[in-house]
Amino acid sequence: MSVLVVTEQQGGKWHRMSFEAVAAGQEAAAALDCPLRLAVVGSGIAGLASEAASKRASEVVTLDHPALAGYSADAYAEGLRQTVRQLDPSLVLFPHTYQVRDLAPKLAASLGKVFVSDTVGMRFEEGRPVFVRQLFQGKLHGDVAVEDAPPYFASVQSGAYRADSVSEGDAAAPIRALELSLDQGNARTRAEAPYQDAKDAVDLGSADIIVSVGRGIQDPGNIPQAAKLAKALGGELAASRPICDNGWLPLDRQIGSSGQTVAPSLYLALGISGAIQHVVGMKGAKTIVAVNKDSGAPIFEIADYGIVADLFEVVPALITAIESAE
Amino acid sequence: MNIFVCVKQVMARDSVLRLNESQTWARDDGLAFEMNEPDTFALEEALRLKERHGGQVVAVTAGPARAASTVREALAKGADRGIHVEDDRYVQADAFATARALAAAIRREPHDLILTGLQSDDAGFGQTGVVLAELLGLPHATIIMEINAAGGRLRCKRELEAGWFQTVTLPQPALLTIQSGINKVRYATLMGIKRARMKPFQRYSPDELGIEVLVQQRVRRLYQPQQAKQTEFLEGSGQEIAEQLLGKLRFEARVL
Repeated sequence: MSVLVVTEQQGGKWHRMSFEAVAAGQEAAAALDCPLRLAVVGSGIAGLASEAASKRASEVVTLDHPALAGYSADAYAEGLRQTVRQLDPSLVLFPHTYQVRDLAPKLAASLGKVFVSDTVGMRFEEGRPVFVRQLFQGKLHGDVAVEDAPPYFASVQSGAYRADSVSEGDAAAPIRALELSLDQGNARTRAEAPYQDAKDAVDLGSADIIVSVGRGIQDPGNIPQAAKLAKALGGELAASRPICDNGWLPLDRQIGSSGQTVAPSLYLALGISGAIQHVVGMKGAKTIVAVNKDSGAPIFEIADYGIVADLFEVVPALITAIESAE
Repeated sequence: MNIFVCVKQVMARDSVLRLNESQTWARDDGLAFEMNEPDTFALEEALRLKERHGGQVVAVTAGPARAASTVREALAKGADRGIHVEDDRYVQADAFATARALAAAIRREPHDLILTGLQSDDAGFGQTGVVLAELLGLPHATIIMEINAAGGRLRCKRELEAGWFQTVTLPQPALLTIQSGINKVRYATLMGIKRARMKPFQRYSPDELGIEVLVQQRVRRLYQPQQAKQTEFLEGSGQEIAEQLLGKLRFEARVL
């Protein structure tokens, strides 16, 4: 029995969620009392491998091959398939990144296994994992078991484990380069270098107060009300993804996994349900206020102050109260 | 171009969920159902590609009997044909089981492009498309924001994290998972709804496709999430709430 954590890097830089997955792996290996291996994937990754070896783990394995220099689903899945065959882990953990969403279901399916995506917790019953997943857009949590033999494949949600809780090793873990047989140039899907559409015109990351709107704003004609509140509070206006998808606010005001990540002193969420894609972008806020008609909205799980009401009553009242105080 | 678009029927947004007896899923009765929102963008993209390149759009689902209405909705919006792999067990199936059904239905027909939504609003696996591509032996790309098809190749804009993008190219046939918001979805017209009734609609049981409904990822129990924070709820009239909140933000949280 062993646990394998597949870390993620790009261009020699760690994906920030890699060590959250390592934290999950350390917890799992401790619960199972079994070896933990950390895999580093890429080309020319010796430096990253020795960094990973400082963490408490039985071994760091490298998948170091020119065919893995840039990500392709075909090459990465083949490299990891060979890795799983060589190491025979009982549990394979990934950070739930965009790349993992592209890769891990393919890898698991090619081995005839299900992939338990986006987990927020796990425990073990007789050595078999029971994962916790969010369902119905975060309204409910579910205990999920896999009715199959190992290896079990799962990814861990951003923020579910803390990177700063990763234990350092007493001594550097041994590093082993895996022998891989990969053909270069066989990848069918080819990716070009990443780019940004436009330099973010608004740096929401430096805003101290953010007023953010979601579907509950109902109509683009109601956006100016929220903008007025943001101005009265001296803050910036932001939005959840559906608002920007509708073109009601520009993309550079979007908070969440595909937008900006913010940690202001005050985050006022108006009519935002609190889908995880949004929450990962703002849960670091010091104080969160949520206004939503639906008392079951997941945003209330992370709110310091909750207001179950019609935002069209609360917002004008807030603006009046702020203006009359001045 | 033979375009297949995979759609799922889910509970209507903002449904009040009540658990079933075994506490493993939400009860069906009294709820309204609709096409999974991310799939509406995949359908729209399929229709636009057909308008640009010709061919046909086939809407495919794996679901219980009620899911037929979601395929009908796709037909009303402009899909040419519908395929429904019908079995009640697909309500709680994992992505692999669903992909197996979709693959069995699609495999028997010529296909140049398969589109799926990014994830479902109920189970939220976010992987049915990728597993389907693997089962069909096709290349795939995920979280696609723009599709250009020419000369049997696709050139797509793929979304990465935190506002970054990249261009990916892949040969057809291929599978793409579509990012929500890629297009503005159309509504079904009255004429479209009428025409939908005349369009070919094929229903299969898993048996007829020669597959088993093997569900290996099982929800044992659903429950309310634990509060991450102790939320203080404010009540009263709009004015009362506003005054309470400003007081708390100034003197308790000290963020104003």
